[in-house]
Amino acid sequence: MLEFLKHYGLPIHLSTAGPGIDEIIVLTHWLMLFLFVGWGAFFIISLVKFRASKNPKADHEGVKSHLSSVLEVAVAVIEIVLLIGFAFPIWASRVNDVPTAAEDGAVHIRVIAQQFAWNIHYPGADGIFGETKVDLVDEEENPIGLDRSSVGGSDDFYTINQMHIPVNRKIRVDLSTKDVIHSFKLPELRVGQDAIPGMIIPVHFEATMTSEEYLQKMADTPRKGKGLEIVCAQLCGLGHYRMRGYLTIDTEADYKSWLDSEAQYLEEYEDDEW
Amino acid sequence: MSSYTHHDEPFYRKYIWSTDHKIIGLQYGFTALFFLLVGFTLMMIMRWQLAYPESPVPLVGSIFGEDGILLPEIYNSLGAMHGTIMIFLGIVPLAVGAFGNYIVPLQIGAPDMAFPKLNAASYWSYLVGGIVMMSSFFTAEGAARSGWTSYPPLAVIEVGQTLWLIGMIFLITSSLLGSINFITTIVQLRAPGLSWMRLPFFVWAQLVTAFLLLLAFPPLESAAVLQLMDRVAGTSFFLPSGLVVSGEILDVSGGGSPLLWQHLFWFLAHPEVYVLILPAMGIVSEVIANNTRKPLWGYKSLVFAVVFLGFMSFIVWAHHMFITGMGTAMSDFFQTTTMIISIPSIIILSAFFISLWGASIRFNTPMLFALAFLPMFGIGGLTGLPLGLAAADIYLHDTYYVIGHFHYVVAPGTIFGLFAGIYYWYPKITGRKMSETMGKLHFWPSLIFMNGVFMPMFIQGLAGVSRRLWDGGLEYAHASGVLHWNEFMSISAWLLGLAQIPFIFNIFYSLKFGEKVGKNPWDSTTLEWTAPSPPLPHVNFEKIPEVHREAYEYSVPGRKRDFTPQTVPKKG
Repeated sequence: MLEFLKHYGLPIHLSTAGPGIDEIIVLTHWLMLFLFVGWGAFFIISLVKFRASKNPKADHEGVKSHLSSVLEVAVAVIEIVLLIGFAFPIWASRVNDVPTAAEDGAVHIRVIAQQFAWNIHYPGADGIFGETKVDLVDEEENPIGLDRSSVGGSDDFYTINQMHIPVNRKIRVDLSTKDVIHSFKLPELRVGQDAIPGMIIPVHFEATMTSEEYLQKMADTPRKGKGLEIVCAQLCGLGHYRMRGYLTIDTEADYKSWLDSEAQYLEEYEDDEW
Repeated sequence: MSSYTHHDEPFYRKYIWSTDHKIIGLQYGFTALFFLLVGFTLMMIMRWQLAYPESPVPLVGSIFGEDGILLPEIYNSLGAMHGTIMIFLGIVPLAVGAFGNYIVPLQIGAPDMAFPKLNAASYWSYLVGGIVMMSSFFTAEGAARSGWTSYPPLAVIEVGQTLWLIGMIFLITSSLLGSINFITTIVQLRAPGLSWMRLPFFVWAQLVTAFLLLLAFPPLESAAVLQLMDRVAGTSFFLPSGLVVSGEILDVSGGGSPLLWQHLFWFLAHPEVYVLILPAMGIVSEVIANNTRKPLWGYKSLVFAVVFLGFMSFIVWAHHMFITGMGTAMSDFFQTTTMIISIPSIIILSAFFISLWGASIRFNTPMLFALAFLPMFGIGGLTGLPLGLAAADIYLHDTYYVIGHFHYVVAPGTIFGLFAGIYYWYPKITGRKMSETMGKLHFWPSLIFMNGVFMPMFIQGLAGVSRRLWDGGLEYAHASGVLHWNEFMSISAWLLGLAQIPFIFNIFYSLKFGEKVGKNPWDSTTLEWTAPSPPLPHVNFEKIPEVHREAYEYSVPGRKRDFTPQTVPKKG
């Protein structure tokens, strides 16, 4: 079934949450297929067998057995299994297992959505996010309203639409938005979360493959050469269709050197200011 | 009542300011069919942009500017208005306003609705709402463009939303007036002997629908008023403070919550799904019983299932909101209720399928549409399962999978049910049958092209393609493998449009040239077929019928005819 769904669109996953989510998608599709084929077969046999030209006199009672109740109970049991065995635990892990940098060594990032871009805020070498204030927001110079003078704020940096994360490490994203509702979606990582104005919502995931490895796997598909993306999945205005960010999953070493280059860039930029 | 028959009414009193449920039903019917065509046309235009992004739209392109390209703002308007028109101006008025109004009093042997003037008020409020909605296209700002769901803050800061909200307030008022009328009519005006368990299933479906409208719409009406205040009076029920839009701090008092709107909206909009589907199920049940020449299988369990379904539909709404940041308690609750509500749906659908066993099936046009409803609604219902499980929804939420899912429920589902009803009751309304040849010319292409439009949506959805994208996903790499389906779906949609021509033609052609019929052309058992075709103005029946039997006494062993109308007295 998984192969079937993959043939019809479902991309391979590259996250630790992927197997669980794909499994529940696959299982529900088995249930759907089973019911549809069952109903469909019964339907077609009935239409052929009981057409008026072949069966001019209807049977007042029709089906006397109550086998269908068995079917309904069976579906109910399967749904209970799906809920308790799969859906509840996955959701509990999504909500309750939010990692922190201190305890789990997670990479902690903030993502601030806006019409029509993703601001990715990194805490810098000290691991502490500086404060952000709405009255400091300047779309050209300081889109997230970062206060450089606040504690931990001097070495923070942010990118626009460019998110880098290391492979095989827990990632925690604190998701917020400046204006309207957006939805932060990483299709291949099976991550999806709305950004709600006025709220900061933690999202966590762990990639199991680098972008490079992924692209190698995609070499023979229409996807060839096209990297991973951050998708906006919630209508957010005129530019919704082009609110696309880029996700790069690096090896640990590449990620470190990317962080270094961003830090260096920040220093040069600060020097320019003087 | 009977005094009405003694004098002829002037034209405007008879057909325009009428209080006769049949005329109001027809007013609803024609207005709703017109809006369905409008809503569908909007989509046919949008599908051009999806199939051939940024190329000029043929025929109507000049409306959108000199180069004829559908701009994102217009695309978003068409999308929001397609949803709004189809649901609130098309299907609900047709399913409830038209079929409910015309058929329910006849099926329960009543001379009219309980409150004829309220009934007229309901139609006129609907028409005003519709005109307000349509007029928004012609304002400088244009029509609403924040989706039919109108999520704030976008809906509050975007242009075009004010008229949408005002229109909605009229439409909701119309539904509320109608629902009170339906409940009272069904409870009070049933003919002597028509006990609850003798009611045709269609009446049960309409009764449950009326309760859904009555209880679910008020929260949305208040929410619409609150959003209107957010737009025009500077309140911020749905806006928190500290928002920055296009570099400017949004000047609002703050303290509101965007999620409050979603809860209020979906508290209506989930029961609304059943408002869309239950009347169609009711129609399908009538057509199936009649054309299988046997009773509906498991009538009692159908009745209990539909009542239970109506009740449950009030406590599943937040499954539309799993990924807004929901904790475990809420998500577990709403997943569980969502799975529970699938059971009565399965009971109803299974009962319809089982009704076919042992039948003597007549494949006339109403029956073809009713039969096609079953597997099509089946697909729509089943594809709701993964969406109802939050874990699977993480991936599938807001993708084309969702679009495919609910369109299967509403388009080849509900709309096919409504078509079945039009073909089935047309002889009662006009005294003539619709052409069977044209009916089949309508049915087969519609069935094929409906699937051509909606089946590929599941493929695009599985690939993760988001809904409401102006370029259909061209911008995104993850969509690249499934984009070629867009052209296929669009061509199917346009052919589906062509397939409606025989239907529209048939409605008018058969008015004059259809086969003339008597009271009961389908050899049916229910009360509407004991009234003249068309039924008498204002009083319906020559004499209020008396009911002696259950609704579907078809093919009872030992009887001469294969049907026994509900009015035939029992022997002894």
